[in-house]
Amino acid sequence: MHNETLIPKIGVVTDIRQDTPDVKTFRVVGTDGKKLFEHIPGQCAMVSVPGVGEGMFSITSSPTNTEFMEFSIKKCGTLTTWLHAMDVGQQITVRGPYGNGFPVETTFKGKDLLFIAGGIGLAPLRSVINYVRDKRENYGSVQIVYGSRSKEDLVDYQEILDEWMSCPDTEVNLTIDREQEGWDGHVGFIPNYVKELTPSTDKTVVMCGPPIMIKFTLAGLKELGFVDTNVFTTMELRMKCAIGKCGRCNIGNKYVCKDGPVFSFDQLSELPNEY
Amino acid sequence: MFRLPVSELDSFFAKVAEKETLYMPVDGKDGRASYEKWEDGKKLSSQLNTVRSAKGFFFPQTTNLCDFKKHDMEFEVIDNRAESEDFVVFGVRACDARSFTILDKVFLADPIDSYYATRREHGTVLTLACTAPEENCFCNAFGIDPAQPEGDAACWITDNYLYISANTNKGTAFIESFKALFEECDTAEVDTQKAQIKAIAEKLPFANVTTDYFRRNTLLEIFNSEKWEKLSEACLACGTCTFVCPTCQCYDIKDYDTGHGIKRYRTWDSCMYADFTKMAHGNSRNTQMQRFRQRFMHKLVYFPDNNNGEFGCVGCGRCLSRCPISMNIVKVIKAFGEE
Repeated sequence: MHNETLIPKIGVVTDIRQDTPDVKTFRVVGTDGKKLFEHIPGQCAMVSVPGVGEGMFSITSSPTNTEFMEFSIKKCGTLTTWLHAMDVGQQITVRGPYGNGFPVETTFKGKDLLFIAGGIGLAPLRSVINYVRDKRENYGSVQIVYGSRSKEDLVDYQEILDEWMSCPDTEVNLTIDREQEGWDGHVGFIPNYVKELTPSTDKTVVMCGPPIMIKFTLAGLKELGFVDTNVFTTMELRMKCAIGKCGRCNIGNKYVCKDGPVFSFDQLSELPNEY
Repeated sequence: MFRLPVSELDSFFAKVAEKETLYMPVDGKDGRASYEKWEDGKKLSSQLNTVRSAKGFFFPQTTNLCDFKKHDMEFEVIDNRAESEDFVVFGVRACDARSFTILDKVFLADPIDSYYATRREHGTVLTLACTAPEENCFCNAFGIDPAQPEGDAACWITDNYLYISANTNKGTAFIESFKALFEECDTAEVDTQKAQIKAIAEKLPFANVTTDYFRRNTLLEIFNSEKWEKLSEACLACGTCTFVCPTCQCYDIKDYDTGHGIKRYRTWDSCMYADFTKMAHGNSRNTQMQRFRQRFMHKLVYFPDNNNGEFGCVGCGRCLSRCPISMNIVKVIKAFGEE
């Protein structure tokens, strides 16, 4: 028999971190205590609770982490509600890695990078950010613009404060949507904030967040003079197989699971606006 | 080319069935033809085609992918896959035979679908030329010849003989293993039948259906056309077209807790259904127009884009006879072609 990617492996949840009121980060290893498989930043895995369902989630940990994988998951549906109710030590199933990932070893190499994330959109970017941080000499400057509804909704806030902000040649710009007690940082929506920051158009942009944020931020970047070929994003649509066969996650003739989830905006501009 | 007398057909089927499971189109009590396991007394249907396509032999309507056992906090994954038994499908028409090569491009592309692959490896497809193509047939639009079907071996039934000719090594091996039943012969009678089939096919109402439009125009031009609104207006989203279609291969994966363990299985699904793309945070194809458009864009644009121009339709005509609102792919092709 051929190997079968649809049959998953058992993953053990070894740590659960409550990041925001509705986001938890799950640390997962195989039953042998080791990492389940290697991946490229931006790749995804199908995570399942047997009997409940299976869904595609980006692997939020960096491949440079040799011990475990992490998934930051927002509670928003049946499967994610189940995952949020789990305890440390419980088992799930995992299969992957799937998708193309970010071109960290090609296009991004030597470039100044601008990361723009909104809310849970930080999850797939965290893998790239930590990868770049661990191989700092291979990349130019790093700027991270991250925003969410409130201070409590900033995913991985502690890691941002402790590690990213102290990383060499790295600028972190945080913003929240509305004024809040105990917050003396920037207040306002990401698209406007990015415009205010007037980042250099030489930068390669990696962006992820809600569709409405992407839409307005992209328009803002174009006003600043950024070109589509230098702006990357990662997409999400409903998936069942994760290998381009079940037929539902296509945008035009591309499958998000197989040809994506990472696309540059010049690639997306040739595809139907159906996502 | 080999042949055996038509009077020996049933004893030929009996010999094949002794060795491997044999399936063929048989008329049911309702008068409709469907593939059934051959047993003594069952007669090969004389109808042009089965209500359902033959895709289920390789891509069954449901497939058990794996099982899970639950022990408190732990799960056990049970891989209960097994090699398929050897089987023979007799009487597959040229359209359905081509559908297998289209399905191959999906399921045998890397990473290989092992459930499909094992059935494909263990199945022998014996095709049967269409002596009388009917008004809903348009396989010619996709370069399919109803008189010379693909498959492992092609057959022709005339008044007196069943003729058989191998197309693949598997077909050659099949003929070899039943050689005692066959006599070697010339192609004269088959050639005559081929000419008759051609004459009928040329006069069919859809003989001149052309897909040129979909090659000449870009993905976005076709996608953004205003024609989709009108074409999809009456679609009921019943999904019948996808279920009878030999090339529709979209599937769903679901779990079922039996009380003694969890079965993970896949089932045929339909892009015509609203929940096909529904996620917790929204739906990328919210309207029936979008879902309707997806089905035809997939067959006429997306699939060819990714498969050297090969269309994802074989012109079998099943959607023409089954759609409750009489919408179908020929109407879509014509609506665009008439620009």
